[in-house]
Amino acid sequence: MTASAPAVRPSGHAARRRLTRSAMYAIAIGVVLVVIVPVLYAVLGGFRTTGQISVNPVGLPRPWVFDNYREILASDTFWRQVGNSMLVSAITMAVVVPCASLAAFALARFEFAGREAVYALFTIGLLFPLTVAVLPLFISLRTVDLLNNPFGVALPQAAFALPTSIIVLRPFFRGIPAELEEAAAIDGCGSFRFFYKIALPLSRPVLATVSVLVIVTSWNAFLLPLVVLNDPDMWTLPLGVTNFSTQYSSDTARVLAFTSLSMVPALVFYVIAERQIVSGLASGALKG
Amino acid sequence: MPQAADTGHHTNGPAAVPAQRERPPGATGPPPTSRSGAVRPAARTGSGRVGAAWRKRVTIAAFLVPALALYVLLTLVPILQGAYYSAFDWNGLEPLDQFVGLQNYRDALADPVFLAALRHVLVILVLSLVLQLPFALGLAVLLNQRMRGRSLLRLLFFLPYVLSDVITAIVWRLLLQPAGLVDDTLDSMGFGGLSQLWLADPDIVLYTVFVVVSWKYFGFHMILYLAGLQQIPTELEEAAALDGASRAQAFRYVTLPLLGPTIRISVFLSIIGSLQLFDLVWVMTNGGPVGASHTTVTYMLERGFERSQFGYGSAVAVIAFLISFAFALTYQRVVLRRDVAGALTAMGAR
Repeated sequence: MTASAPAVRPSGHAARRRLTRSAMYAIAIGVVLVVIVPVLYAVLGGFRTTGQISVNPVGLPRPWVFDNYREILASDTFWRQVGNSMLVSAITMAVVVPCASLAAFALARFEFAGREAVYALFTIGLLFPLTVAVLPLFISLRTVDLLNNPFGVALPQAAFALPTSIIVLRPFFRGIPAELEEAAAIDGCGSFRFFYKIALPLSRPVLATVSVLVIVTSWNAFLLPLVVLNDPDMWTLPLGVTNFSTQYSSDTARVLAFTSLSMVPALVFYVIAERQIVSGLASGALKG
Repeated sequence: MPQAADTGHHTNGPAAVPAQRERPPGATGPPPTSRSGAVRPAARTGSGRVGAAWRKRVTIAAFLVPALALYVLLTLVPILQGAYYSAFDWNGLEPLDQFVGLQNYRDALADPVFLAALRHVLVILVLSLVLQLPFALGLAVLLNQRMRGRSLLRLLFFLPYVLSDVITAIVWRLLLQPAGLVDDTLDSMGFGGLSQLWLADPDIVLYTVFVVVSWKYFGFHMILYLAGLQQIPTELEEAAALDGASRAQAFRYVTLPLLGPTIRISVFLSIIGSLQLFDLVWVMTNGGPVGASHTTVTYMLERGFERSQFGYGSAVAVIAFLISFAFALTYQRVVLRRDVAGALTAMGAR
């Protein structure tokens, strides 16, 4: 297959090259197996019965059982949790993206005393994990009656997503040519109009990246929902899955079916937005 | 240059987290192209009249206030509140009147369970640096070669990172149950004797947690390294090869040093991540058996919420926070210093 290039070289070289190649593929396939087997185990396990799984943990469903998936898909609980997760993610995004873009724009394009200090204030936020603030947040949210409320999860999440978002957005706003703003100003376009009519549309790709990162983080979040949402009707998917897995701990197949179904949104999202997620994380991390 | 960097260094104190780097050599994001200079808002052009200056101030405030309000109210204030609560003996409900000073801190630092939790975090942190990151780097180098199915491999290797910690924990808990898939696979390969009570043996559980953490996170570090590697022109390694360097030598003396900034960031993120480990452990082991897999955060949550010791829990949170904050600052000053020199110089010139 790959013989055409090495054929020119002396045969010893070619043989060694082929050996390295094979080793490379062997390693790659090994890692793929380690990554993919747990996921397949979960998905296929959902199509088996717990009896089948305990007799033989490895193996295909025989016969295929659809009841686990069917029952979960027919239950209100699952869909309510999907809905709650979507609601929390949507609110978080609707709060972070406008706030972060406004702030990042000001920090990128206005000159004022203390600008870098404000930026630094946001960037040290990267070092404030939610874990440190979760007890006091619980107390405050209880005081303002936001426990068991999607906003009680979404607003703190939005606050903690600000630093990364601002760090990703600011260089982008800085990159917009000054001439563009000058030209707009001559046409009577104020700062806010320039921001809204020109800067934002130009930044669509980076805004997409920020939104995707915020949604994925919110969708997977566990600690804050665990603390804030006690009412089972308000639970997001990660809480629901955890609870389901303890409630039906003896019924492995059902747990696997529920877990697999809760993976689906994240997987679909990943396949669609892979580029944004990967580039966003890489640039966010390398810039941050 | 170094002098300028030093000045910035001293004047900026804690502000100088690595996040200051705007455009490091390894950055992959869309490159901001034109002049980086900020432009004064249009209002300013109407010469230095008082009204114009005020209008400018109002504009800036309007842009900044939403984010600042959110950030101050829901990030900074709670952290300060936590520090305040930590000086009280408080169950979260009664009036906050039992001031105990530093007693909660003394109790925490004398509690063997908490000290063990700190040790567990340290074990996972060190193992991650010694095993997980080199593994991720190796895979990144592999994927940086020309090979078939490269983008599919990248997609698959990164997949676990996208699954939530909760899903990872539940699936692995089932895989690792006695006579589950892991034991069965070992059996069929003739290593049945190696089977363990992966999650129930206090001597083993921490290493099991480490393996699952690595399963989930290696893809993230691999992506970072891959982004870094792609910034290195292939001509450099080719030139080294022409000079008679073996591939290993070229990697060691050309690629690795150039990858330095990426590796330092990856190490930083890995350490911060280990210090904050929570979801996965909470769902997979709940800190057990008998506290053998507690992390600082699972310990904090158990004391704070399950035993309603809000004052004590806050003290634990503050200790955990101080550890990661002190680490981050030190690391930034000592290790990342070269990488942020540019950003700091710019800040010094403000």
